[in-house]
Order: sequence, then C-alpha cells, then structure tokens
Amino acid sequence: MTWNWDKLSEYLQFPFVQYAIITGVLIAFCASLLGVTLVLKRFSFIGDGLSHVAFGVAAIAAAMNLSNNFFLVLPVTIICAILLLRTGQNAKIKGDAAIAMISVSTLAIGYLIMNVFSKSANISGDICATLFGSTSILTLTRAEVWLCAVLSALVILVFLIFYHKIFSVTFDEDFSTATGVKAKTYNLILAVIIAVIIVLAMNLVGALLISALVIFPALSAMRVFKNFKAVTICSVIISVVCAALGIIISIVAGTPVGSTIVVVDIAGFVIFSAAGFITRRF
Amino acid sequence: MPQLSCQNLTIGYEGKVVVSGLSFDVNAGDYLCIVGENGSGKSTLIRTILKLKAPMSGKIFTESTGSTGNTGSIGSGLMPNEIGYLPQQTVVQKDFPASVREVVRSGCLNRCGLRPFYNKAEKRIAEENMEKLGISSLAKRCYRELSGGQQQRTLLARALCATRKLLLLDEPAAGLDPKVTAELYTLIGDLNNDGTTIIIISHDICASVKYASHILHIGNRSVLFFGTKEEYLKSETGRIYANMSGGKS
Repeated sequence: MTWNWDKLSEYLQFPFVQYAIITGVLIAFCASLLGVTLVLKRFSFIGDGLSHVAFGVAAIAAAMNLSNNFFLVLPVTIICAILLLRTGQNAKIKGDAAIAMISVSTLAIGYLIMNVFSKSANISGDICATLFGSTSILTLTRAEVWLCAVLSALVILVFLIFYHKIFSVTFDEDFSTATGVKAKTYNLILAVIIAVIIVLAMNLVGALLISALVIFPALSAMRVFKNFKAVTICSVIISVVCAALGIIISIVAGTPVGSTIVVVDIAGFVIFSAAGFITRRF
Repeated sequence: MPQLSCQNLTIGYEGKVVVSGLSFDVNAGDYLCIVGENGSGKSTLIRTILKLKAPMSGKIFTESTGSTGNTGSIGSGLMPNEIGYLPQQTVVQKDFPASVREVVRSGCLNRCGLRPFYNKAEKRIAEENMEKLGISSLAKRCYRELSGGQQQRTLLARALCATRKLLLLDEPAAGLDPKVTAELYTLIGDLNNDGTTIIIISHDICASVKYASHILHIGNRSVLFFGTKEEYLKSETGRIYANMSGGKS
C-alpha cells in the first residue's frame, strides 16, 4: 500500500494526471445532476441513443481528419437530442423505436466509416477507445480542460437557475403546463444539457458507458434519500467521489479509466442499496 | 358574466370527434360535476379547458378574456394563473423521490416567472395550504410513501398554491377507499363553500348529488344533460344514471 501511495503522489505531480482528475470530476458532477430527472422521465435511453450519435459523428470527424472533432460532435448531438425529444412527445412507442433506430444506425454507420476511410493502422483499437473510453482523458491539453470547465460551469448554472422548473416538469408535466409553466421550453433546455453532458462524458468513459455515469449516482442516492434536493446533492457527491476514485485506481493499477469508474459506481450502488435496505428495516 | 363559458365546443383527439356541441357556463362559486361513461370524453374536456389540447372547434371564454376578447376560431381559455388542477396520478410519480413540501411548493411556480427560487410569500402560501388540508405534519415525508388519500391531499394543496379561483379535478377519488373518498369530497365541498369554483369528474353519483350545484352529463358524442342538480334528478337521464349507479334519486 505504501508503495502505491508513493506511486500515486508521484503521478499526481504530472499535469496530465491533474487535468484528468479535474475534468473527470467536472464531468461526473454534471452527469449526475440530471440523473434523477432522466431516470424518472424514462429518458435513460435518450442518453444512450445520443452517445451513439456522438460516436457516429466522431467517426465521420476522424475520417475527415479533423484534429478537433468537438465542434462538429456537439452541435450535431444537440440537434439529435432536440429531434428525439420531439418525437418522444408526440407518440410514446414511436419515440422509443426512434431512439433505438437512431442509436443503432449511427453506431453502424460510424463503424463503417471508420473502417472504410480511416487511415489509422489500428482501427479496432480506435473504435474500442471511442466506445469504452480511451486514454484520451490522460492526454488532454490545457485548452481542452478549460473548454470542459466552461461547459460544466454553464450546465451547473443552467441547472441551478431552472432547478424548481425541472423538478416540476419532471414530477408532473400536465400540471406545469396547465398552470402556465412552459414545460416544452424546459424539456428543450433539458435536451440541450443532456447533449452537452454526453459529448463531454464521451472523453471520460466512452460512448457505451455514459448511461452508467448518468444513472448510477441517481439510482444510488434514491435508495437512501426521500426528497428531490437530498437525492440531487447526494448523487452529485457519489458521482464525484466515484469518478475521482476510479481515475486514481485506474492510474495506479493501470486499468482502463472508463470501465474502472463505472465499476466504482456499481460498487457505490451496491453499498447504497444495502444502506437503504438497512435504514428501511430498522 | 360566467367565469368560464364553453360555446359549441367540439373536442377529440387525432382527428376523431369525441364530443360535439358542448355549450355550458360555469359561474364563480359553482360546483360542476361532469359525469359520463368511460371514454365519453370527460378527461378530454378537462384537458381542453386546461389548454393541454386544442379544441377541434368552438370557443372557450373566461372572465379575463371576455366574450369579445378573442375573435379567433379558438377562445383563449383560462389564464394559467387562474387554474388549479388535480390530475390523475402518473407512473412517474409512483417512484418519485420528493417531499410533500417540495411537491406543494411547486404549485407556486407559475408566480415565479424567471426568478429561480421561491420567495417568502410563496413559501408561506405553501405552508398555509398544507395547514388547510391537514398535511403539515407530513411536510418532510416522501410523497411516494404516503397513502392514496394523503397523496391526493398533497396534490390538492399544490393545486391551491396555483390558484384559489378555479379547481379542475380529474377523478380525485380513483383508487381510494370509501372513508377516505368521503373525507376528500367533504374537503372539496369546504373549498367550494370558501368560494373556489370546482369542476370535477366523478363516478361517485352520491357525492355528486350531495355536493354539486350543476351537472354536465356527456355520452353518445353529445351533451345528454346540462343544468342544476335539482333539474338533473328530475330528468330522465339523471334518474336512469342515478339508479344505475346506486345513488339516491
């Protein structure tokens, strides 16, 4: 253990490790904010669908040899988020099918494009990295860290400003609309925030594992806490702790960053489920 | 003039007419009970009045818009801050982690505008309404762990936060036992006595007869009856329905 501590403190001196932890914590913070809303609104699938969209666009960007694909991925993902939300409102079953359709088609097209056009020697390695998170979290530049920080700050700000509206729209959309709260506008804002979070989180855990980052902290917190405020605060704390822990473990143990974070999140869920079970019993 | 006036309203969904020729007035302080079989369009009517759906034709007027206020094909309906609504429970609410206080306060949201947080006055309104409905002691309890009757009281308190003028209730007694149902109807009756206009969908003909001042009976795609309770009980539709539902005629 002491050896590991030495190794860890040595690693923590490196700027790239510091960057990774800062961005990881920020992304985890944002992702967990909306978890409760997404789980309760049955929007977990939208998160999954959108991450596949982001993967497809990232593949196209790679084929076009764009060095910074961020400015292509983000707008396209936001547009898809808005489109998915629209269809979801009009017809429930169709909306579900639409998400599945978009999700698999972008995944397939992305893989196809990467295979046909990529000049990289290690295609399956590239794809694996995009799907399951890569070491890219450890190769972030200072500018990327700043971009991530600014976007995170925006997400948190928007969430704070619209906190009560998001609560009301999630709890009872009909009542909100009937009493003059613009539920559609807030759903739109939600869609945009979700898209931003997903694009951010892709760097951290990869396209396939994003849903875990969004829903696990919320589900864990919901085992123990009984009101919206406490659940939101608790899920943020769980998410941040799990992300930091996951990154540190992955650095020390040399495991993949994304899947390590998710495994820590799963462990958190198990602990909170047990805690919830015990508090209900006694 | 009436608080709410529907004129020759046709309602429905996805291009299918459910009820046509709906014309009725609701005056301030009225207690209107909407009765009819399942699928007769009661909920659709409430949703149309709430502007959650557009009417297929006809107009809805209110005090604030006035009968000349809107010349378009669709009346502009009630102002949102004049409406309190007690909807049927949704699936989402069954596992929603929210305290009673959080739910009740969310009724004040339409007063907030763009202000992100509730002010003192709004918080006080929420406390007053919890007091009024006897749920103050439950304020910190989790909504999903309450009994059906307590949940309805919570939602009623939320609706009262939104307005004192007009309450629309969509089968508030669904799934409640007779005792709790009776308590809930007494509570709604008290609110009506305090001057709140009530529009309620109910299958409970006994309660309707006891508390309502007016009855709207819809079925067969049209209005079977609209008028005062006394007239209804004398009419053929009313007698048949009341006997069928086991109510006193």
